[in-house]
Amino acid sequence: MSVTQQALAAKAARSAGSRRQVWYGELISAEFTWAVAFALPYVVMFFAFVIYPIAYGLWLGDQPALYEQLFADPRYLTALINTVLYVGIGVNVKMFLAFLLSGFFMRKRWWIKALLVVYILPWATPALPAYMSIHWFVNGQWGMLNNLLYYIFGIDGPIYLNDHWLGLACNIGAYIWKNMPFWTIILLAGRMAIPTELYEAAAVDGANGLRRFFHVTYPLMANLYLVCILLDTVFALGDFNATYFVSGGGPAMQTEVLATLGIRYAFTVALPRLGVATVMTALPVLIPLVIILMRKLRPSEGQL
Amino acid sequence: MSGATARERSIARASRRPIASPIIYRLQRWAIELLSLLLAIALLCWTIAPIYNMWAIALDSHDDIFSGTLWPAHPSLESFHVVVTQDFWYLAHFWHQFGNSFIVGGAVTFITLTVGSLASFTVGRMRLRNGWMLTNAALMTYVIPASFLAIPFYRIMQIYGLANHLSAVILSLSTFATPYAIFIFSQYGKSIPMELDEAARIDGANPYQIYYRIYLPLMAPALVAVGTYALLLAWNEYLYNYLMLSTPETMTVAVALAQFLNSDESPWNFMMATAIIYALPPILLYYGFRRYMAAGLTMGGVKG
Repeated sequence: MSVTQQALAAKAARSAGSRRQVWYGELISAEFTWAVAFALPYVVMFFAFVIYPIAYGLWLGDQPALYEQLFADPRYLTALINTVLYVGIGVNVKMFLAFLLSGFFMRKRWWIKALLVVYILPWATPALPAYMSIHWFVNGQWGMLNNLLYYIFGIDGPIYLNDHWLGLACNIGAYIWKNMPFWTIILLAGRMAIPTELYEAAAVDGANGLRRFFHVTYPLMANLYLVCILLDTVFALGDFNATYFVSGGGPAMQTEVLATLGIRYAFTVALPRLGVATVMTALPVLIPLVIILMRKLRPSEGQL
Repeated sequence: MSGATARERSIARASRRPIASPIIYRLQRWAIELLSLLLAIALLCWTIAPIYNMWAIALDSHDDIFSGTLWPAHPSLESFHVVVTQDFWYLAHFWHQFGNSFIVGGAVTFITLTVGSLASFTVGRMRLRNGWMLTNAALMTYVIPASFLAIPFYRIMQIYGLANHLSAVILSLSTFATPYAIFIFSQYGKSIPMELDEAARIDGANPYQIYYRIYLPLMAPALVAVGTYALLLAWNEYLYNYLMLSTPETMTVAVALAQFLNSDESPWNFMMATAIIYALPPILLYYGFRRYMAAGLTMGGVKG
């Protein structure tokens, strides 16, 4: 055996060893078998129900002609604008209110604690009954909202769901109503985790309300707030129920968002490829969000 | 001062802001109290309105729905009676569909807990070197909106031969619930000392015994939290149920409920009564396990 051959053999052996180490980690081989067996169900699930649908979806939506058709469609452009407004307003207004309310729920009064129990109700109620009720609540002719307006102020309210912008506002309002309690709880937990000593120290240093907020609460909550915003942006982008059940996309498909328009193209008009393409146009926003969130949510960083 | 604790008083004394006089100070506190009471009332109205609306419609008798009153003139439990006795053609299979919802919920919970705990055991306890790939795969799934994958999922379930079968819904919803399980389990698992595993290993336990005898019992609170989450997700989900289940025998309650919207002249009181019955189990479950749920949701929520 020549020196070169020896060196090659040694290198091969070493690389085999290191490859072994890469996959086995610190495990001995029997344990490695167990580890693989334990991980297998999720790996199978991931490939069968995540990778395959994603690949299939990419294949369905890979024709450029679809996108030309889409961009020429005024309904698509309306849905795009609606989605931007829905996500932009729905997420930010809700999160800001949830943040303020989480401060309110920090107050130690029995009736505030009791209110918190009731306040969770929208989150505990399934989306479908809640949105159906809101759909009827804002009904222009027989809805509770216009009845109330009539009894209290003596005015006839508009027919909300017959108008593009009012209909969209109803959808956004419903989405906020349903999800605000959840984010309030998350932000409340974040606030509770701030040690009270920090506030006491700030008070001793003469910091009053606003300064206490900007120098203690804000720096400690900023990251959590950001993660919540990003996560909820993804959730709102994919939200189907509020639009589908409150305004139903109407009038004349003017309040559709991308998620509902995609489903409508695919299953009502029977154009699945166009439906996939509709959803795919959200990818330029979705992919960066997913990457940032994956970094932020990694267990070692310990965020929601 | 009535509401202030000793600590608050000492902080108030310590802050350099001069307190003008006890009377003004007391007035200020009363004003704050009054404002938060007003806020609480507003919040209560906002939260309760759609839920009140749901009951008001459900208690209406059929002729009174379009009368536009704030509370039914002749409240009756007639519509609940109709739902419970399946006395309307949309509701002919109501209890069967209710059972379907339970089967889906139970199966999704079981699969999510099993697959999720096995996967997180491998990553967290067995130190598989490339386990982070599993965690990342789960995270990626968690932040992809389910509604965006609905169209490919529909096709893929046909390819797998599961069209119009409960298992199609069970498998797809498990796919979307498991990532959250893995995420919460890996967070929670860190609080269980590794020494327990090592001691068991020295006593001759194999990984499965460690998983079953040590890991699972100690993970009980996280299992309850994630189990509740999975059950609620499965019970409340609409889109996948709607796309994959089409006959009255395979439908879940959510799909049956939305069917009411198909006809032009819906019996809204029957629909709302169905909606309330459908919403009760998740609400009861949520309030029953509220303590665990809150712990689960906030487990990773805040950096410790």
